[in-house]
Amino acid sequence: MRAFSLAWGQLKSHWAAGDLRVLMLALVLAVTATTSVGFFTDRVESALERQGAMLLGGDLLVSGAKPLADAYRQEAERRRLAATATVEFPSMVVRGERSQLAEIKAVGAGFPLRGELVVSGQVALAGVTPDARPAADIPAPGTVWVEARLATLLDLQVGDQVGVGEREMPVSAILERENSRGGDMFSFAPRLMMNLDDVASTGLIQYGSRVKYQFLVAGDAAEVDRYAAWAKGIADTGERVQDVSDARPEIRSALEKARQFLGLSTMVAVILAIVAMFLASLPHVQRSLDTYAVMRCFGASKALIMKILLWQTFMLGLIGSLLGCLFGYMAQTGLAALAGSLFLEQLPAPGWLPLLSGLSLGLLTMIAVIWPHLASLRDVPAMRILRRDMGNASRVWSGYLPLALLIAAMMFWHAGSVRMGAATLLAFAGLLLLTGLLAMFGNQLLQRLPVSKASAWKLGMAGLKRRPLVAVAQVAGFSLGLMALILLALVRGDLLQNWQASLPADAPNRFIINIQPHQIEGVKAFFAEAGIADAEVFPMVRGRLVAVNGEPLDTTKYEDERARRLAEREFNLSWAANMQADNQMLEGRWWTAAEHGQPLLSLEQDLSETLGLKLGDRLRYDIAGSTLEVTVSSIRKVEWDTMRANFFAVMPPGLLEDYPASYISSFHLPLGRDQALNRLVQDFSNLTVIDVAALMEQVRGIMNRMTYAIQYVFLFSLLAGLALLYAALVASREERLREAMLLRVLGASNRQIVLAGLAEFLCIGMIAALVATLGASALAWYVSVHLINISYQFNLPLALLAFAAASLLVPCAAWLGMRGFLRLSPRKLLQSV
Amino acid sequence: MAVEAIALNKHVSSSDARLTILEHLDLAVPHGERLAIVGRSGSGKSTLLGLLAGLDSPSSGKVLVDGIEISSLDEDGRAAVRGRKMGFVFQSFQLLPSLTALENVILPLQLAGNADAEALAKAALERVGLSQRLSHYPRQLSGGEQQRVAIARALAPKPAILFADEPTGNLDAATGQQIIELLFGLNAEDGTTLILVTHDNSMAAACQRRLQLNAGRLHEMHDEGVAA
Repeated sequence: MRAFSLAWGQLKSHWAAGDLRVLMLALVLAVTATTSVGFFTDRVESALERQGAMLLGGDLLVSGAKPLADAYRQEAERRRLAATATVEFPSMVVRGERSQLAEIKAVGAGFPLRGELVVSGQVALAGVTPDARPAADIPAPGTVWVEARLATLLDLQVGDQVGVGEREMPVSAILERENSRGGDMFSFAPRLMMNLDDVASTGLIQYGSRVKYQFLVAGDAAEVDRYAAWAKGIADTGERVQDVSDARPEIRSALEKARQFLGLSTMVAVILAIVAMFLASLPHVQRSLDTYAVMRCFGASKALIMKILLWQTFMLGLIGSLLGCLFGYMAQTGLAALAGSLFLEQLPAPGWLPLLSGLSLGLLTMIAVIWPHLASLRDVPAMRILRRDMGNASRVWSGYLPLALLIAAMMFWHAGSVRMGAATLLAFAGLLLLTGLLAMFGNQLLQRLPVSKASAWKLGMAGLKRRPLVAVAQVAGFSLGLMALILLALVRGDLLQNWQASLPADAPNRFIINIQPHQIEGVKAFFAEAGIADAEVFPMVRGRLVAVNGEPLDTTKYEDERARRLAEREFNLSWAANMQADNQMLEGRWWTAAEHGQPLLSLEQDLSETLGLKLGDRLRYDIAGSTLEVTVSSIRKVEWDTMRANFFAVMPPGLLEDYPASYISSFHLPLGRDQALNRLVQDFSNLTVIDVAALMEQVRGIMNRMTYAIQYVFLFSLLAGLALLYAALVASREERLREAMLLRVLGASNRQIVLAGLAEFLCIGMIAALVATLGASALAWYVSVHLINISYQFNLPLALLAFAAASLLVPCAAWLGMRGFLRLSPRKLLQSV
Repeated sequence: MAVEAIALNKHVSSSDARLTILEHLDLAVPHGERLAIVGRSGSGKSTLLGLLAGLDSPSSGKVLVDGIEISSLDEDGRAAVRGRKMGFVFQSFQLLPSLTALENVILPLQLAGNADAEALAKAALERVGLSQRLSHYPRQLSGGEQQRVAIARALAPKPAILFADEPTGNLDAATGQQIIELLFGLNAEDGTTLILVTHDNSMAAACQRRLQLNAGRLHEMHDEGVAA
């Protein structure tokens, strides 16, 4: 208790005397940055899970092409989970002379278990009708709901009869929104929803019909998890158990990139803050040495000193972390406000996990920062009180290991991937080494400059010479801080712009599939009429992979479920003379004109990895009953989130033309041109138009909002960089104060001292600015090209501006720091040392 | 004896030479005595004080405090003896800059586990005439006031022996004189053994016994000069 009260008392006094402010500020900053982003991503994750559940229509979905066993229902009942079933199948829907292919969904009572259906009483092509309302129930038996698109195509109004198989049923509402349609974009024919009890009477489901049976459950998360494990155990081949994590891949991908940006900027902030803490701890450690020497003199044992030290470290860490968590919590509400309206509902409340990570970060960092000095502080000799040169902080390199490990762990944690973490770690280590070497070199160079006659300049240079280690440490500290600031200035705009440019405003928002060869001219005429200039029409032949290198394909050997599904389904094979502009060649090469007609194949990278296929493999496809063997001649990377039509497998022209093909096109339909599209679809009723405009709006919305969120987090890096600059100044303040006092006593004028200090800091600032500008430019290039895969253009004017600003920033800040004690008289100065 | 040194030697080794600071030095200080050790700068006065107070350990020889051989104790053992029996006043005051006057005086009392630390510290500061300056930080006090706080801190735990190392060295003559009077007055009131290291002859003259440290050995001083 004695150690605690001594530690607490001293801590309060140190705080009141202003000794701990920079240290505390940096600690709070590190924890705030970590927890605010932690709280925020936690909330976004759980919002996504909820949204995922809405998209599934429940917490868990079992689906299959055959009727599902009753055991699924019985088990759900036994576990007291809410459950319902749906059946989906395509069928022609008829009104009078008109007919249209529709996706029919027959739903059971209670559907959807999560989310809602929105219905209205009238058709509106654009936007939502004023009387749109959440549906209280599912379609009543004997009635159907239709999507506005289907109503337009068949000229239907509420109350009209529509033919579904052998039944004629009235339309009782227009289906405005069905959340559970989001994930399955390529099955989009217009929707007709009916009651599950009516399915049998339509006579539409017969042997060989393409039907998707689904069973949904929802309830307590843990119980759903147990149900999922059970269901996966009994699921037949061809049956699939899906949970919320599989939902919305395109939104997950956008958020994943955003998370990476957030992680990187948090990491920069936290590392800067840790370095700032370390620098700020040095004067504190020095003063503590004096304090403990006095305490040793008055009878304190080593054990007591150690206890006091540990208590103080713990209390500092705890107070800083708690404050950081509090500010982090407050800051994340800002982040959430910037990003919150991305989602259908308010973000859910954050969990406790970020709090835990913030607390651990704060405590561990405090311990790691004090660790290198622990032995010196504990063993400080009482004799130091008479001879100040005794018991100075010793520098044992191994003492810095915990700090280095913590920073490394920080990088891996925030980077989100081993590759990114390792790259950052290497870059940071290289940077430190380079900074140190350049600083040393720069300092030596300065000393070799011809001696100036200006006394202030001489004094300044002498200052650098007297403290080469301090000068190098300061340059390194300044460089790191400046580098982060310059890096942000250089890449922030570019990164965000490039990210948004990956989904430009004119990115395709409509797909047309199932175009027959004789309809191509008609489709192109539509493009001309609608003013769409750059739409391409791609051929597509469906084929099944049957053998690899002469061995029949055994899909059961794939342990990965996704690989099995990919191998089992029919591939959309296409052909092209040239590679699509947004593809990137990874291995092999694209075919020449002379190679057209050769049995070659270009594969998409992800598919080739999942199925274990490589360059030179011979793949045999079964296409409409005949076989075609081709050799993998290249592997491409495809940016799927550009929303352009792309293919896993592409062959050269001259191979597939004789097989039955359909065509696909993706294009950007400007607002208000829907009528032209509707006419096209009325002319060619077999065409299926997939509207991804709403989806893209959502992805673009996420990008925009997340851009604000990321800039917000950059603010932490900015603050941490400034804290680091300030800490580097404070680290040598006392020595400078003592020197200034001596010079003043010896008769130096204020002007001379200011000029000497400015000269010294101008040199330090210029070396630091040079190192920082070079380092930041190299880092910006590396991060852009290798980590985030966007092109990088060196911005010379910005780099020069950054260099000039940074060179001036350091002496200006130093002058602000020195100004206070320069006004004092030598006598006052004597007392403040 | 309050403090006893027997055949005390202290050498320091640098890279090229071994320097003898104290050589076969004997000293006995009875309880309640007021002893001055004088000598020129660099004669080893502070080193001797450090050894007698157990702040440092000798190269050879023994130091006994109240019969306890502190030179054979480890750092923690010596610290415990210091905490129980000794008080210190230094030339450079050695107040902790981040603690107020009161907190500086409380510190040794707290270290000794004294339950009444605050009251005793206040009383000690009142004795040195600083009851109005309790919450001032050292930088807000004059040199003389800082040394008074140091005296209060040294005497508050009622030590048996008080070590003072050039207590007026950083003060002007008039303030120095006031500090001497205060220190001696309080010492007389408490009956403490005082071992004072100084090069100020007038201050030494006020002590019962004076020893001069010269070439690593102590010589008795009388009013008329130095005797072997």
